[in-house]
Amino acid sequence: MTPEEIVELEEISRRLRIDSLKLIHRRGAGHPGGALSAAEILAVLYFHALHIDPANPSWNDRDRFILSKGHASALLYSALARRGFFPFSELDNWGEVDCPHQGHPDRLKTPGVDMTSGILGHGVAIGVGLALAARLQKLSYRTYVLLGDGECQAGIVWEGAVTAAKYHLANLTAIVDNNDVQLDGPVHEIMPLEPLAGKWVACGWRVIEINGHSIQQVSEALEFSREIHDQPTVILAHTTKGKGVSFMENQSYWHGNVPNADQLAQALAELGEVTHG
Amino acid sequence: MAEISMREAYGRALAELGAVNPRVVALDVDTSTSTLSNFFGHRFPERFFNIGIAEPCMVDVAVGLALAGQIPFINGFASLLSLRALEQIRTCVCYGRTNVKIAASYAGLSDFKDGATHYSITDLANLRALPGMTVIVPADADEAAAWVPIVAEFDGPVYFRISRAGTLAVPSSGSPLQVGKGRTLRAGNDLTLVAIGSMVGRCALAAEQLATLGIDARLLEIHTLKPLDSDLILQAASETGALVSAEEHNIIGGLGSAVAEVLSEGCPVPLERVAIHDHFCPTGRNLDILMDTCGLSVKEIIGASQRVLGRKK
Repeated sequence: MTPEEIVELEEISRRLRIDSLKLIHRRGAGHPGGALSAAEILAVLYFHALHIDPANPSWNDRDRFILSKGHASALLYSALARRGFFPFSELDNWGEVDCPHQGHPDRLKTPGVDMTSGILGHGVAIGVGLALAARLQKLSYRTYVLLGDGECQAGIVWEGAVTAAKYHLANLTAIVDNNDVQLDGPVHEIMPLEPLAGKWVACGWRVIEINGHSIQQVSEALEFSREIHDQPTVILAHTTKGKGVSFMENQSYWHGNVPNADQLAQALAELGEVTHG
Repeated sequence: MAEISMREAYGRALAELGAVNPRVVALDVDTSTSTLSNFFGHRFPERFFNIGIAEPCMVDVAVGLALAGQIPFINGFASLLSLRALEQIRTCVCYGRTNVKIAASYAGLSDFKDGATHYSITDLANLRALPGMTVIVPADADEAAAWVPIVAEFDGPVYFRISRAGTLAVPSSGSPLQVGKGRTLRAGNDLTLVAIGSMVGRCALAAEQLATLGIDARLLEIHTLKPLDSDLILQAASETGALVSAEEHNIIGGLGSAVAEVLSEGCPVPLERVAIHDHFCPTGRNLDILMDTCGLSVKEIIGASQRVLGRKK
């Protein structure tokens, strides 16, 4: 990845953060903290790594992406719209009953959403099915799943993990947005998961630990996962919940609360967005 | 043809289907020697996935396979598929509208040796309540086999309820199996027996005995609990004026409830429901004795018929 590409993806990450907060503010609902923590991951996936075609969202051999942490929908919608899957204006009335784009991603209503999500825990096991199908059909697509670290408290994540290992699904990559904050408080207090890397290793996965806010590290980890040929890979992306907005960082309050007008203005200012009035 | 169990007929039919439709894949949860999905597994090992004892995971893996265009048949015990994996079925199969076929074996009381933990007496209620789900219950082994290719061809989620046991062979109506269309297996105008699954055969016996008492019972087979053939039920209600429903299921939420809903809105005539009366059922020596003990006997159907005739205006 060239320095220019890194700068460009950093700028896209910044835009996705701004988009997400504006969407959540306008809707009066949403989940800012976990959207901000995953901005670089989504930026690298949608604007660099994924083999996708916005003009043909159901292309058979496209890479698949499952946002298992479906509450980060504002971030996903921002990425999909900026990538050209649908006009950004379709989100103007996000939250209204006549807006196609749901509170959580719905594969039947939003072009580019490969799987409906919102209930935590499903992504890895569904990813196993997609990866098995690629093998059966001799297709080269890869399946990527983004889940939260708190989500790893759900037992089905590990049912899916051991299944992926059983079938040596090297075409499956999971990314854990490891921000250590969940709805009720710090993950390490609510239900400790450390050693999280050790758990994935024990389940038969190759583990890569990175700084999830480094475009270069996210990109290199995804490239590395494509070079593993006998087991699935998980990228433990160490991130900061609410990244980029000082008063949101590491605060569980901002898992699912909405910034008011003043808070939004401060947040956008911190993100370098020039606002008027 | 020798009598075989419904699960064996299903297992054979699934393997046959695998030979003609390469999109079909099968999954199981360490029960393949019970559900007999292993017939498929032995013939098509590359298309068979044993997920271990993890029904929710099996549902989600099947969802992924379906998203990519495969036709997954997932196999397991009805009690676990309909309860432990219900959230996966609701969210990822129904709401996500993925083409997953849920072959729910050991349904009702058919696992009579294992007791209440293994019985599935609420599955029809659970699955019927889900938007987008189609619920199909074969009445005998031949019918189960005949449904398999139809279920595969059907576009959308299906809950396909399979008995561990053999059930009484059902008289042929001559009319083909069609999703959402009930079948009239016996003509009659005094009352209508509306039956599903293993109770179809028992109602056929009851109808014969009722005939010796001078009572002319119509028999409807409702193989598709959802979408329900309400036209057929309302026609029978208006023509016979009294109904008895019969199901190997709890009295709450299954066929009897569905028929009551249709009647109360469309043709309010007396209805008696033969079902398990909202209790957990004991372990049994054999299925026939267990069903008789749990309120599903032919005698019970006849008694309900006489009661409903007494209420008929």
